[in-house]
Amino acid sequence: MYRWLLCWRYLRTRYIALASVVSVMLGVATLIIVNSVMDGFTTEMQERMHGILSDVVIETHSANGMPNHPVFEEKIRKIAGDDLVGLTTVVHVPAMVAIDHRGENITRQINLIGIDMDSYADVSDFSKYLLHPENREQISFALRESGYAPDREQFPESGWVHRRRMAQFKKRMREMQRQLELEQERNTRLREEIDQAAQAAVSGHGLVSAPAAEPSEELAADHGLAFPETPEQFASPVASESTTDALADTDGPSVNALATRPEDVARVFDAEQEQHAGIVLGISIGSTRYRNEVGDVTDYYYVQPGDDVQVTFPSAGSMPTALNEYFTVVDFYESKMSEYDATFAFVDIGVLQQFRGMQDAVSSIQLKLREGADLNAVRDRLRAEFPPEMMLQVNTWRDLQGALLAAVQMETTILNILLFLIIAVAGFGILATFFMIVVEKTKDIGILKSLGASGAGVASIFLGYGVLLGAFGAGVGAVAGLVFVANINSIAGALEAVTGQEVFDPTVYYFETIPTIVHPAMVVWVTLGAIMIAVMASVLPSIRAARMHPVEALRYE
Amino acid sequence: MSSVSEVRPRRRIPSEQDLQSGLPAYDMLEIARPVDTKPEGCLLEAKQLFKAYRKNRHEVPVLKGCDFQARAGEMTAILGQSGSGKSTLLHLLGTLDAPDAGEIYFGGERIDNLSRRRRDQFRNSKLGMIFQFYHLLPEVTAFQNVLLPMMIQEGFWGYVRKRKQIHERSRCLLERVGLSHRLHHRPRELSGGEMQRAAIARALVASPALLLADEPTGNLDRATGNQILQLLRELNHESKLTIVMVTHDEQIAQRCDATIRLADGRIQAEG
Repeated sequence: MYRWLLCWRYLRTRYIALASVVSVMLGVATLIIVNSVMDGFTTEMQERMHGILSDVVIETHSANGMPNHPVFEEKIRKIAGDDLVGLTTVVHVPAMVAIDHRGENITRQINLIGIDMDSYADVSDFSKYLLHPENREQISFALRESGYAPDREQFPESGWVHRRRMAQFKKRMREMQRQLELEQERNTRLREEIDQAAQAAVSGHGLVSAPAAEPSEELAADHGLAFPETPEQFASPVASESTTDALADTDGPSVNALATRPEDVARVFDAEQEQHAGIVLGISIGSTRYRNEVGDVTDYYYVQPGDDVQVTFPSAGSMPTALNEYFTVVDFYESKMSEYDATFAFVDIGVLQQFRGMQDAVSSIQLKLREGADLNAVRDRLRAEFPPEMMLQVNTWRDLQGALLAAVQMETTILNILLFLIIAVAGFGILATFFMIVVEKTKDIGILKSLGASGAGVASIFLGYGVLLGAFGAGVGAVAGLVFVANINSIAGALEAVTGQEVFDPTVYYFETIPTIVHPAMVVWVTLGAIMIAVMASVLPSIRAARMHPVEALRYE
Repeated sequence: MSSVSEVRPRRRIPSEQDLQSGLPAYDMLEIARPVDTKPEGCLLEAKQLFKAYRKNRHEVPVLKGCDFQARAGEMTAILGQSGSGKSTLLHLLGTLDAPDAGEIYFGGERIDNLSRRRRDQFRNSKLGMIFQFYHLLPEVTAFQNVLLPMMIQEGFWGYVRKRKQIHERSRCLLERVGLSHRLHHRPRELSGGEMQRAAIARALVASPALLLADEPTGNLDRATGNQILQLLRELNHESKLTIVMVTHDEQIAQRCDATIRLADGRIQAEG
């Protein structure tokens, strides 16, 4: 009982000791904050990666893919058994996309992924990262009328609305271009006629005079090479018979003009009515993110759903050749994992197989296992079934992202060690303070011993003191850390306002806010660890107090 | 300060509840607990005590074969010059230190070779000690200082269970030594005499048979010192409390029942 009484008394009367636990407090708070943020990042990232990558991937190294995949699928179903909840086949090839933007070409290196619309959603969270709400329900490679990304104010009007507008605009541009060319041609002819007439006059009369019967010369000189300004000018009867003939020849789409059968006419691609095969582009492929002059994060889109892009990819077969195909962008894919958003492009598996000439061969089979299934066990069983000689590789999503996950894990571990060292340093502060307190209390120790207190009893006063101080420091630190984590985004905002320095840059991380996850077990461990360090720091002074000789302690002045 | 002897603690009759609970009801007036004395009348006996201190590799002998006897119910004074070893003798008698050679008996039982644990218990329950510099804990009140030995004795749960009785006895004792008005004052708010009274109450709270006093009046003026001596005398008379007092003051020694003169680590004379 006297231990508690004195412990409490010392705590109440020695405020300087509280100063020694401030570092414990700060250490605990920092540990909790760092762990929460790191956990938030890691979990968010893993969830996304996992969602994108499916659980287990069986991949072939052959460019031609695996032609006999139904046999494999049968085997996999047998091996994985009840664990298997989803299976899909995928074709993926490295490719290049060329985006036409304001007459310039932007090329990007991409992973072209052919997916099976029906089963791909079973193994991956693919569709939930699409922008169009209907595509999120059921992915379709058909362009939607409009209504993309309803939650984004700045997203430009896309879909068929955009496509038609662009097609009409381009058509008009083409027409103007053609008329410009016609005008140039006509001007050239007029010039030639004039020259001929002039030559005839010179050779006939030996005199250069403007023939009054040629009003068209003046007109042509007026217009020069400029655009025709009014439609009437096209229709003006200035042109000679031969000119109008030439005009009639080149008017309208020449293919249609030449076509004699209706099916030939229909084959001509009309961008206003038709689309190419659909492609879903990773959002960073077709856009760039920047801060506008106000400081808001803004996306600029080079391409938007409804536009066409040209994709170059290798054909199957023993001598791969580059294939060029047009695709129509039907949606964007935004997983907020910058690596994926900048390289993934999805098309229909059938389309890709047909273009590449690989029949129904696929390059990988992706599996989704039931919740809680042992991925590594399934992977090992599959590995035994598909040895490396088959040029097949079986990996879990963790294996595929091993380097990144390991790096993040490593960072977390090192940060934890560093921060715990900070608390350990704080422990030495406590040690020093406690030694001072024990020295200061030497006489009290002597008194207690003369009253019959045991060495252990005296030691437990100081140990208890250490526990109380540690618990106080760790407790306050934990509360401070949790409060900080709960308000981390507003704190980051306030810091930005004060320092003018960006704390969390969404253009880099693709997260709008700082993700945090607080694991109660982590908080408990950190708190207990800090208390342990405080206790350990008070052990030595306590032993010293316990060993103190009562007579010498009583004599101490 | 009004006459100390007038302040009488009220006797608390154990209630029906106390009797039923089976807990030992502390007698609020019982100061000393009687102990068997062997040989006849001798409570504390030391035989041929040797003690030396080391100072910078030099051995400084303090006690050189010191014999000592204190009779039960008497006030014995140990008289000696500074450095004669009287404080060392008292520490040895109080088991705060162990002799290099020799034996110490308390009520016929040898106490100098007890285990550390038993010595702690002995100091706690059989022995009260007061010092020249009072040695009260500065952090807690006079009342809590008096509670301390009981807290040490009873442990946490024992203290919680007997809290009422222990508090009652402590209060009675503080009243008995004339400090009823200073219960909740810290030592630094008390005068020297009051501090020594509180120390006496603390020494007696566990009903010891023996009180060891190390120059209890050494730091007090003569009048206050006399009051303290008077108090000790009264306690000795009332409840046959055996007191062993170290002093260098002849006058004080004369007021005791027996005097032992210590010089050069040996007993010079008894009277």
